[in-house]
Amino acid sequence: MKNKVVSVEQAIEMIPDGAVLMIGGFLGDGTPELLVDGLIKAGKKNLTVIANDTAFPDKGIGKLIVNKLVKKVIVSHIGTNPETQKQMIEGTLEVELVPQGTLAERVRAGGFGLGGILTPTGVGTVVENGKQKITINGKEFLVETALRADFALIKAKKADFLGNLVFNYTARNFNPLMAFAANVTIVEVEELVPVGGIDPNEVHVPHAVVDYIVRGNAK
Amino acid sequence: MIQDPKIGRTVIAKRVALELKDGDIVNLGIGIPTLVANYIPKGVTVFFQSENGILGMGPAPEPGYEHPNLTNAGGSPVTFLPGAVAFDSATSFGLIRGGHVDITVLGGLQVDEEGHLANWMIPGKLIPGMGGAMDLVTGAKKVIVAMTHVEKGGVPKIVKKCTLPLTSVRRVNLIVTDLAVIEVTEKGLLLKEIAPETTLDEVLKYTAASLIVPEKVPTMPVTL
Repeated sequence: MKNKVVSVEQAIEMIPDGAVLMIGGFLGDGTPELLVDGLIKAGKKNLTVIANDTAFPDKGIGKLIVNKLVKKVIVSHIGTNPETQKQMIEGTLEVELVPQGTLAERVRAGGFGLGGILTPTGVGTVVENGKQKITINGKEFLVETALRADFALIKAKKADFLGNLVFNYTARNFNPLMAFAANVTIVEVEELVPVGGIDPNEVHVPHAVVDYIVRGNAK
Repeated sequence: MIQDPKIGRTVIAKRVALELKDGDIVNLGIGIPTLVANYIPKGVTVFFQSENGILGMGPAPEPGYEHPNLTNAGGSPVTFLPGAVAFDSATSFGLIRGGHVDITVLGGLQVDEEGHLANWMIPGKLIPGMGGAMDLVTGAKKVIVAMTHVEKGGVPKIVKKCTLPLTSVRRVNLIVTDLAVIEVTEKGLLLKEIAPETTLDEVLKYTAASLIVPEKVPTMPVTL
């Protein structure tokens, strides 16, 4: 059986410049900080980041923006990070804004083998520009396509050595969805327990979608 | 009209709180909407939902009791009340878009005569992103806009037609401001109540949309 446990450095080494990354977290809560710091230390370039938001300049994904590692973000919110707005206005960072519920569903669709989803959110607003609309039972829906990534960098509270995952409170957010939606999923965990150490009823994400485990407890 | 903006905000929050019914599932936006939680009427129990994955959110913890993985949609530390649930973002927006949230209270930049809300961007000036606002307005059973009646400088926010990008084409249900309570009806904007220390002339002066004004308009049932 393959040992999924790797160091931060080994995990980061797999990620090439220009990679498309999904990164978990909601304003930094539930973001794998050790992996984020690893990307910065390694000086990765031209990354595309799919995430809920760009957090704060000194926290989570915000640090990637401040260090200019990112060429494009697909997010629902950038209001808490002035650096994101600055780089967007300067033209060095492309920002695609997606309604939060639509973003969650596009990621879920990508991981669950769907081509996309139909949502009423955004109909009649600028969000519908360039998108196909479908009427079902008299109601209009936007076709929102699935999202996938080269790598998902996610954060869990606990894993066993197989990669069964348990998340903590509001640190769950996009993490379980992203775990399914990337070619390679790397999880940073606070606690690693023996196989069988997690009650099957308690598992939030099955090990089948987890490729690598990084142990760590960033504050 | 009420001169002190802090009292104005409190009046808005107190009045919105009267709309909450026992057992309601409620999502509060940031800013004035957040204040609503301080004025829940006696005997009414509501469940606060937060976009980042909570149903049953409680107030901020005592200093020293913050948990880094227990935050609200603004990133600030909160608590769980007994019976609280944590879940992922797809489930959170399943509640929101799926019509399982009874009331969403949001701030507003503009609301127009048709009840359309614009509250997520000012082109060229302020582009924070829509976050969960578009899903909330599209999916919640009842949408209440809680905002000051005018911008700084007295520019009306209730207008004939929104000039800012819309949040949704779904009409909002109720507008609560520091001057008035206005219901969005099939016939147009209906003036329901006027704030304390406020005259009908002031409401009309600071509203750029047509209002349906009944013969008698009661004062908001809130204390200053």
